[in-house]
Amino acid sequence: MTDEPLLRVTALSKYYGSRIGCEDISFDLWPGEVLAVVGESGSGKTTLLNCLATRLLPTSGTASYRMRDNQWRDLYRMSEAERRFLMRTDWGFVHQNPADGLRMTVSAGANVGERLMAIGDRHYGNIRSTAVDWLGRVEIDEERIDDEPRAFSGGMRQRLQIARNLVTGPRLVFMDEPTGGLDVSVQARLLDLLRGLVTDLGLAAIVVTHDLAVARLLSQRMMVMKDGHVVEAGLTDRVLDDPRAPYTQLLVSSILQV
Amino acid sequence: MATPLIVSEVAKAFTMHLRGGIRLPVVANVSFSIRAGECAVLGGPSGAGKSSILKMVYGNYGVDQGQIIVDHHGQLVDLATANPRTVLAVRRDTIGYVSQFLRTVPRVSALDVVAEPLVARGINRDEAHARASELLGRLNLPERLWSLPPATFSGGEQQRVNIARGFITDHPVLLLDEPTASLDATNREVVISLIEEKKQKGTALLGIFHDADVREAVADRIVDVTTFAAGKVAA
Repeated sequence: MTDEPLLRVTALSKYYGSRIGCEDISFDLWPGEVLAVVGESGSGKTTLLNCLATRLLPTSGTASYRMRDNQWRDLYRMSEAERRFLMRTDWGFVHQNPADGLRMTVSAGANVGERLMAIGDRHYGNIRSTAVDWLGRVEIDEERIDDEPRAFSGGMRQRLQIARNLVTGPRLVFMDEPTGGLDVSVQARLLDLLRGLVTDLGLAAIVVTHDLAVARLLSQRMMVMKDGHVVEAGLTDRVLDDPRAPYTQLLVSSILQV
Repeated sequence: MATPLIVSEVAKAFTMHLRGGIRLPVVANVSFSIRAGECAVLGGPSGAGKSSILKMVYGNYGVDQGQIIVDHHGQLVDLATANPRTVLAVRRDTIGYVSQFLRTVPRVSALDVVAEPLVARGINRDEAHARASELLGRLNLPERLWSLPPATFSGGEQQRVNIARGFITDHPVLLLDEPTASLDATNREVVISLIEEKKQKGTALLGIFHDADVREAVADRIVDVTTFAAGKVAA
């Protein structure tokens, strides 16, 4: 049990020419903590996520990550190879569209196994049994292991993408609208599954979503973004039950009651 | 410490930015404390700010002014200014809360809902389940419901799940937001005895009870919320 954060972000900004992507974002993320980033389209939340996951380079600011050996590393000063290694082992990235995170023309089992091979696993039997185990954990029937994700429904693809990301036991997972394109019943199942996995594995996660219900269910903390800035941040239930910023009040009051 | 919770000069108002920035004062100058083993009840009519006070103590509402000091593992923490991580730690170990309504999560069984606060504190699942079963049994929730998610339960059944979840831990401070509102007489009695046991163990309780019988039975002291009416100072 350590009392140090996992990720430290300081004054991170990203400009597209003269346009603001996100500006002056600072926060710490601790192990096991789920942070939701909410806001409307164009608020800069995905830009922020992509900068943090080093898929984009920020214009200014720093982000440091505490590696497994407890050494702090500046994400933007790492070599490309180191970053790729981090991405394949200690991190996960769940895309809104599963096709962006999966290889659609190789089998479900291989999609999961590929990440294991990337960290040096070579024993086919072990890889396959781990893949079977993970398909089970994301509620995909074992007999679908040799099918390609092309033959899967949207909800199954998304669950497979999650299995592929979590199989290496990452400490930090980035999620971009993980329930975005799914219908409501599939969404509920996926959310519930994610919630269980995040709690059981003690994952830290940064979840970008425009859906406040998703944020409420998954996260302990949230940041509300508008026009590239964080307008309000704090404990998720505090922000949702006692929103202070005008924009947060607008967001919360716009939820339709069922 | 004999006084695990001190609320001092707390004020709260809501600013409605979507309604032209109207400021609705809720409470001002809220000051009271609770001793270990005591049950204080917030009194006053609806709208006086009882729930708001409870929610501020739980960190669910922000605090505009004043301090809420809680003894967290022997350290004094001011919840009015504490960061989210600290508030979460205080909730895990020090302040428990029985809300008025259960927020159900799809597919999580009643037994798991009740056991969760113990599991979160590192107690193994079997023991947590055993203690959850014992409490649900005492609260007369039919055993056939234990393995089902509470979303489809009746109001009274959900409330008993909620009560069991709140009472399962030994948090030194326990907040109760109308825990008996939709219970029948038998189960109200059970809740009264559960509260009595908490007092014996030295838990400091702060509650809202509209039911006069329950209030009479459990309250050591009434904290009159009307004396904290914000209108008086704000006007």
